[in-house]
Amino acid sequence: MRIIAAVVLVTLFTMAAKRATLVPGRSQNIAEMALDFVRVNIAEEILGHSARKYLPMLTTMFFAILAFNITGVIPFLNIASTSLIAMPLVLALWTYLVYLSSGIKKFGVGGYLKNALFPPGIPVFLYILITPIEILQVFVFRPLTLALRLTANMIAGHLLLVLCFGASNFFFIHAAGAMKALSAVTLTAGLAFTLFEILVAGLQAYVFTLLTAVYINMAIEEEH
Amino acid sequence: MIDATTTIAVLAAGGDEVEGLDLFLPPEYDIIGSAIVLAFIAFFFYKKILPRFTEILDERTAKIEGGLNQAQAAQEEAERLIAEYKQLLSEARTEAGSIREGARTEASQILAEAQTKASAEAERILENASRQIEAERQAAAISLRNDVGTLATELASKIVGESLDDVARQSRVVERFLDDLEASTTTPAAKGK
Repeated sequence: MRIIAAVVLVTLFTMAAKRATLVPGRSQNIAEMALDFVRVNIAEEILGHSARKYLPMLTTMFFAILAFNITGVIPFLNIASTSLIAMPLVLALWTYLVYLSSGIKKFGVGGYLKNALFPPGIPVFLYILITPIEILQVFVFRPLTLALRLTANMIAGHLLLVLCFGASNFFFIHAAGAMKALSAVTLTAGLAFTLFEILVAGLQAYVFTLLTAVYINMAIEEEH
Repeated sequence: MIDATTTIAVLAAGGDEVEGLDLFLPPEYDIIGSAIVLAFIAFFFYKKILPRFTEILDERTAKIEGGLNQAQAAQEEAERLIAEYKQLLSEARTEAGSIREGARTEASQILAEAQTKASAEAERILENASRQIEAERQAAAISLRNDVGTLATELASKIVGESLDDVARQSRVVERFLDDLEASTTTPAAKGK
């Protein structure tokens, strides 16, 4: 299903890009709006003038995650690719490698580590506390939380939907008498959660991409 | 749907017994598959989609900037033209004024000239007339003197011819002369009647 999502995503954008002209049409406007959202609200807002370098990565991430998330509410696909840990893990690994490598490229290995682990402007004795925390932050927590946040959200959403629709099914077919009426309630809840899942799909894509941008920014920034 | 979920849950758990670190890591095929799909998407975004849109955006920016520059150039051109026209207009106005002034001066000059010429002409005509009158007067005087001379000579010869002895004779002679004279003047007058 992630292959289907990928193919659909790529086809949509390639079509929009192929027909792209100077004066945008309807589909091009939508594509540009979506791309501009990543470019302006994520890349340029966080990274400022170094946004251009990381823009392709952030854009790919945002739309890939969005596509993989949205499969969770599409009938017959019904499960988000990102609700399996593998995809978020790969994405987080990508972020991890990019922010480490761009930090090292900018400051050198020593410079980057000093910058990241011994943040300037803090009393020296606090480094006893700060440095272990930063080590865990930079090398373990950041990628792991990225992956887990996304996976957990998608799993939870999927469970909620399954629960609602499964309950509707059960109440409507197997339950006796007045209990059948409960199926209406659960079905309504299922509908509401489907809409909610669409929101979460966009939101999680946004959060993941935003955090990636933030981590990159922290790695290449001169001062914290 | 419940069935699908259980299947996936089993799949996610690896199906078989898993131990140690494998509990936390998804199976390799899953990771590789994810990476491949992601790489597929990334390829299209890096190579095809974003460059195209960036190109379009840049082109649009260039176009807008070009348009703005062009507009500004047009504006400057217009301002320059207006300034030029204003200058030309003021020059023309000055020239018209000077021409008018010149014409006025010339007109008054022509008038003065004409007046001088006219008065000179009048003076000349007057002088001519007076000169002519003078000449005629002189001619008249000359002819009168001639006539008077002739008459005097005639009279004198007559007087000498009669040998003037006495006053009676003398007066007769004068009487006769005057009669003759009268007769010579009345005869043409009588003829005229």
